[in-house]
Amino acid sequence: MLRSTTSNWFGVAPAWLVIGIFGLLPMFIMLAISFMVQDPYGGVEWGFSTEAYVQFLFERDLDDSLILNTIYVNIVARSIGLAAMTTILCLIIGLPVAYFIARQPEDKRNLYMLLITIPFWTNLLIRTYAWILILTRNGVVDARLQWFGFEPGTFDLLYTNTAIFIGLVYSYLPFMVLPLYASLEKMDFRLIEAASDLYASKWQAARHVIIPLARPGIVAGSLLVFIPSIGAFIAPELLGGGKRMMLGSLIYFQFATARNWPFGAAVSILLMAFVMIALLVYARAAKGQGLPAGGH
Amino acid sequence: MAAGQSAVEARGISKVFPGGVKALDDVSVTIRENEFFTLLGPSGCGKTTLLRLIAGFEFPSAGEILLHGLDIAHLPPDRRPVNTVFQHYALFPHMTVAENVGFGLRMQGRPKGEIDRAVDQALALVKMADYGARRPSQLSGGQQQRVAFARAIAPRPQVLLLDEPLSALDLKLRQAMRGELKTLQRETGITFIFVTHDQEEALTMSDRIAVMSAGKIQQIGAPLDIYESPVNHFVADFIGDSNFIEGAIDTIKGDAAVVKTPDGIAIAARMNGPHKAGDRIAVALRPEKILLGAGKLKGEVREAVYLGTSTSYVIALGRAVTLSVREANDLSGKARFAVGDTVKLDIPAGAARMLAD
Repeated sequence: MLRSTTSNWFGVAPAWLVIGIFGLLPMFIMLAISFMVQDPYGGVEWGFSTEAYVQFLFERDLDDSLILNTIYVNIVARSIGLAAMTTILCLIIGLPVAYFIARQPEDKRNLYMLLITIPFWTNLLIRTYAWILILTRNGVVDARLQWFGFEPGTFDLLYTNTAIFIGLVYSYLPFMVLPLYASLEKMDFRLIEAASDLYASKWQAARHVIIPLARPGIVAGSLLVFIPSIGAFIAPELLGGGKRMMLGSLIYFQFATARNWPFGAAVSILLMAFVMIALLVYARAAKGQGLPAGGH
Repeated sequence: MAAGQSAVEARGISKVFPGGVKALDDVSVTIRENEFFTLLGPSGCGKTTLLRLIAGFEFPSAGEILLHGLDIAHLPPDRRPVNTVFQHYALFPHMTVAENVGFGLRMQGRPKGEIDRAVDQALALVKMADYGARRPSQLSGGQQQRVAFARAIAPRPQVLLLDEPLSALDLKLRQAMRGELKTLQRETGITFIFVTHDQEEALTMSDRIAVMSAGKIQQIGAPLDIYESPVNHFVADFIGDSNFIEGAIDTIKGDAAVVKTPDGIAIAARMNGPHKAGDRIAVALRPEKILLGAGKLKGEVREAVYLGTSTSYVIALGRAVTLSVREANDLSGKARFAVGDTVKLDIPAGAARMLAD
């Protein structure tokens, strides 16, 4: 017994090492920093303080009394809203795309999947810069629409919420399509014939057969889109011009410009906690319905 | 509607698939009300395509499909009062058995009380009343099959299409299900169109059979007609076993003719089509219709194979003709003849059937 336990432990040791060094350790460093004292020149001073978490909700008045400050809560709410909208739009676009690809003959399916992954061959930063050219005043969109009699600048979309939204959907759409495709590809398409044979219209077949069977893919894809878009940095910064602060920019700003590491770390921890709670709620709901929980 | 009236009528149906494959070539067939009609043929003969055209999963390249007189050839499947039992059942894995069976009625927007009643009735009919809460994955193949029937019957379709529904079951179960299917059809009074490549299935269950090959219907008739009076080589060969003997018509007397083979063996055969003396012709002869031990013909036993209830012989008549003959074993179970024996044999009048090709 002892022997087998020890050898088991040795067997999984590399996995724990990787998780420990690359996963847990940075998280604990963040957690530790969030409870330290700000050094005005960057970095932190030793000492325990909950100031960073207090700062998230309150402002200190001159007499040291706390005043409720909703700026950061608003940023969080805005980021969650944007991430949720991005997820929904990715789902609306991704589901028909994945379904279309899954119904192609095998050689074509592989080609389409290659096309979906091609954007990953280039850096996201460069691709986002390309969107600036597309969305700016007299850019690709604005200039073309001028041909149809629109005033120059009518479609100057750069540095708007719409631009952030477009950038996020563009960046994360493949993360929605891939898991959706994986679950749709396994689906028996004769079930759709069976549904239409049993008087289901196309919409009813989608609602009662395709979507329930694609559910594991929908859940996985939604998580893969929602989680990174909530802390997205590049699209809000470049396409939104940083005009409207998002969570990713806020965290970056605390570390780089404001030199308030504890606060940056605290916001990161809060973001992580929010995502984890959301996952747990999902896992519990999924268990109740006998659906696959998260990665299983 | 009275029996004998047409339930489904295909008129001049052709189906060419992209790539030029002609699956059906000018097929016309009338399937009567309350009939158990079987489309029988080897794989690739077009039987499944014809079924899918009636179901609405494919649309014909030419021709009409009438359901009780109305052309439905271009309606989508959800607008045809026709349901299908699929070869691999195609039960919805994320629904319970009861939800599966009620699916069709739910999609039609029927009231809940009516759906519940119809589901209970359909499940009782296939003896699965206690399984409503299970998931398809918790059922055996035979049970899934029953649920698939219940699901297709619950909305009371005018016509039920069955696409080789028994082929995935093992032999014993398959044989048991044949009887049940026939009973089901009688009890529900629904017109069944059954597709199979299994001649035994076709012969035991059907009221009428259409034998198909190469996108065409070769012969339509009751099982007895198909077996006893095959019209051509294909039908005689595909249904049961046949000896094929080539020769020329010697004499004709009414419905009966004598066919002589090149080395002078005379065989009495039934006429089929307008032929005259001297025509070169082929006749089909069932192995079990040849009588051994007496008669004008003489042959030598080349092979004798014991088959349990019967013995199968290969007997050479002269140089050119070898016949396969099957004889029921007697009480002792032993074969009457051995390899090398010379036997007399008789081909009774009416046993041999002239073929059209």
